[in-house]
Amino acid sequence: MKHKSPIRRLAILLFIGALLIAASGRVDQLRAYQGAQVAIFAIAISAIVLLTGYSGQISLGHGALMAVGGYAAVLSRTHWNIPYPLSFIIGSAVAGVFGFLLGIAAARLKGPYLAGTTLALAVGLPSLANQFHVLGGEQGLTFDAGNVPSWLGSDFSQYRWFFVVTVIAAIAVFWLLRNLLSTRYGRRWRAIRSNPTAAALAGINVGRAKVLAFTLSSTVAGLAGSLFAMLLGLVAPLAFTLTLSFTLVTGAVLAGVSNLGGSIVGAVVLVSIPELSNAAASHFGGSDKVTANLPGVITSVLLIATVLFIPNGPKMPKLSRQ
Amino acid sequence: MTLKVEQLHVQHGAITAIEDLTFTINEGELVTIIGSNGAGKTTLLRALSGLLPVSAGSASWKGESILGKRPEDLVRRGIVHVSEGKAVIPELTVAENLELGGIWRKDKSDVAAATAEVLELFPRLGERLKQGADTLSGGERQMLAIGRSIIARPQLLLLDEPSLGLAPLIIEQIFAAIDALRHRLGLTVVLVEQNAMSALSIADRGIIINLGRVVGSGSAQALLNDPALRSAYLGY
Amino acid sequence: MQIFINTILVGLSSGAIYSLMSLALVLVWRSTRVVNFAAAGQAILSTYIGYEAMSSMHNYWLSLPVAILAGAGISALVEALVMRPLAKRSKGTPVEAIAPVIATLGVLGGIRSLAGLIWGNNFIQYTSPLSSKGYTIGQTTIPFSPQNAAIVIGAVVVMAMFAAIFKFTRLGLALRAASFQPEISRLAGVRVDRIRTIGWAFAGAAGAVAGALVTPTSYLSPNSLDLLLVSGFVAAVIGGLESLIGAVVGGVVLGLGFAFILQYIGTSVTFSAAFIILVIVLLIRPQGIFGRRSGREA
Ligand SMILES: Nc1ncnc2c1ncn2[C@@H]1O[C@H](COP(=O)(O)OP(=O)(O)OP(=O)(O)O)[C@@H](O)[C@H]1O
Ligand SMILES: [Mg+2]
Repeated sequence: MKHKSPIRRLAILLFIGALLIAASGRVDQLRAYQGAQVAIFAIAISAIVLLTGYSGQISLGHGALMAVGGYAAVLSRTHWNIPYPLSFIIGSAVAGVFGFLLGIAAARLKGPYLAGTTLALAVGLPSLANQFHVLGGEQGLTFDAGNVPSWLGSDFSQYRWFFVVTVIAAIAVFWLLRNLLSTRYGRRWRAIRSNPTAAALAGINVGRAKVLAFTLSSTVAGLAGSLFAMLLGLVAPLAFTLTLSFTLVTGAVLAGVSNLGGSIVGAVVLVSIPELSNAAASHFGGSDKVTANLPGVITSVLLIATVLFIPNGPKMPKLSRQ
Repeated sequence: MTLKVEQLHVQHGAITAIEDLTFTINEGELVTIIGSNGAGKTTLLRALSGLLPVSAGSASWKGESILGKRPEDLVRRGIVHVSEGKAVIPELTVAENLELGGIWRKDKSDVAAATAEVLELFPRLGERLKQGADTLSGGERQMLAIGRSIIARPQLLLLDEPSLGLAPLIIEQIFAAIDALRHRLGLTVVLVEQNAMSALSIADRGIIINLGRVVGSGSAQALLNDPALRSAYLGY
Repeated sequence: MQIFINTILVGLSSGAIYSLMSLALVLVWRSTRVVNFAAAGQAILSTYIGYEAMSSMHNYWLSLPVAILAGAGISALVEALVMRPLAKRSKGTPVEAIAPVIATLGVLGGIRSLAGLIWGNNFIQYTSPLSSKGYTIGQTTIPFSPQNAAIVIGAVVVMAMFAAIFKFTRLGLALRAASFQPEISRLAGVRVDRIRTIGWAFAGAAGAVAGALVTPTSYLSPNSLDLLLVSGFVAAVIGGLESLIGAVVGGVVLGLGFAFILQYIGTSVTFSAAFIILVIVLLIRPQGIFGRRSGREA
């Protein structure tokens, strides 16, 4: 897939998108919902791939950045009564500004310090919702995405519509990121990741490049958060737990960390784990305890096994790597 | 003969640092290994003490292979390596650095005796026992590193450039101490040095290596008198 | 004046807990250069084990050593089974720097889910015979309870034991030497791998004490120690991550800081305060109060 022009990439992505959207008419609501989940996770994982796989920074707090995007989208929609696609843009932008500020600090921190700082964010930020009335407390705030556009016909389901929206967003994100990573910015980030000292000697402004990566990554995470709010119909602290942040990191590791196309594979795996574990749990007559926790056990085992046995990520076809 | 190295190869990734190196050193001998920067001297000692894996060849001490063993196990077999650059732990006191040398030994009374011998040999350490090792001068640090190695009661001592960065007077003291120790304790010593003059002055033999290969060897006296070697490797 | 003293007492009690968690992180950092995000998970598991021990023995005090031994064992296992092979396998690969972070995160997630699987996600009471009601002086009840006193005393005892081990024993010498200069230590005959595992075991024990002492003041659930992990990390960063004394002081400083913020500014800012303190310390004095090296290299 080397040296593909942006136009060709877009054509391919649009074709895949059209196929998916067409196929979505043939599945039930649950599958459409899960399809939308995959698209959202793929976007969020690509944010981590951009950050960790390219600029070499780690974040355990992308769940919190999604929360920032989600809350901003909900608040802007309910208070200003704007159309919801616009609220996605506001959600992304607010998360981007937040990420910019965080990135300024992050660019000066190394490995474990950055990990710890972003972890603190993941643990603490969602709990802020309980402390500010405007954020709706533990119940959260509802997100009203309105009805399915009438021209699609009355039998076009809500979740199928969400699937369409998220797939379009995912196509846009992947196309933009793919093109961005093949520009000089992408090359700079890779240079920084493989050897920051050499990159600095080569005249790259390492700090600025890292902040840019953090800002972009947060913007993308914010978009994922806004879409997540739409899909769930609400934002609440419990939707953006530490577990969500873990899950995203797991997805990125499963994706092979520096493989943008792998984000999709990672997202598919993450969405199918609860499905598979539920099937397994009900097969063995599991209790609530089991259904609630088995997915977490499987995800963690998968995460540990991946870093332990295939530290460079699974050897899958590099879908869109240069 | 007790230390036997045959056709040793050591790689640093793609770089071959030791290539087809063969030599033997007899029990009780002090042999100096001379070579310019990057000749592979440090690499050789690190391979012998178990810090680096070897890609081919063999090395044995008293008939038993020493390759593929961990440094902490080789120490227990009497092979003690004083690594390059004043190998002390600056965050510990002088006394603690010395104590570390005998930390694995069961015979505590002999550890105490060995420590006393070290302090007798290097009285300056005795005056500074409670000080942090980071406050020592370069020469004192080198004394401390050698002293620590002696407390392990070594049979084979691997010394990496003990003269590095020291003033001539201190170098003389250090070499005198090494000379005294090896006669008193019957040590076998591999002394890696760039300071060929001083090293040869206390050595029985010298081995010259370049680019990871032996390029010459002979008795210390012969090497000191060989004009070709003098100009090529000894630089005077 | 009374309020001021109360605030200090409250701060000392939570500071003692932060110190213990911070100590758990620093001990691991010093032995393997890894920030162990699994510390909270390990402490949760050991606390559940302590809870089980209490359920069968009906004695909180007897359950403490069980929890502590369990914490040490769990931590040693994590090091030997996950972290040590990981360090060898990821050496020289592009993920070398982030692999340990991800692995400890995986262990944290795994233990939390496992605890949920075994004990459920609802809140459990792990009670101590000591009251969690504040002492009464004259007419006023102060917010410092017998259990808080036990926390402070327990933390001080643990720290004194660690200090004695590190300062006066051969094991302590080996632990310090291996953490500062692993290569020289190996050449001196220290079995560094084994010493590292012991360092992790000590850390696990410290975390277990924190979990078993603090849980009676609230409740036990698979993620009830998550916030403690963050506080412990902030405390460790304040103290410089390298220094055991720094870990303790960092914990107390943070505990007092939180108590005063809570008393004089209000609850709503505690989390933001922790985060802001963390970022400020990292940006202004990255080596912490007690750290001596510059730069926070991985
Ligand atoms: N860790 C390493 N990675 C890559 N190459 C290395 C490494 N250590 C040594 N080398 C290379 O191996 C060769 C031999 O190095 P070595 O340190 O053994 O030399 P030396 O003889 O001890 O030199 P000096 O007298 O300067 O100490 C050199 O070319 C050096 O660059
Ligand atoms: Mg050398």
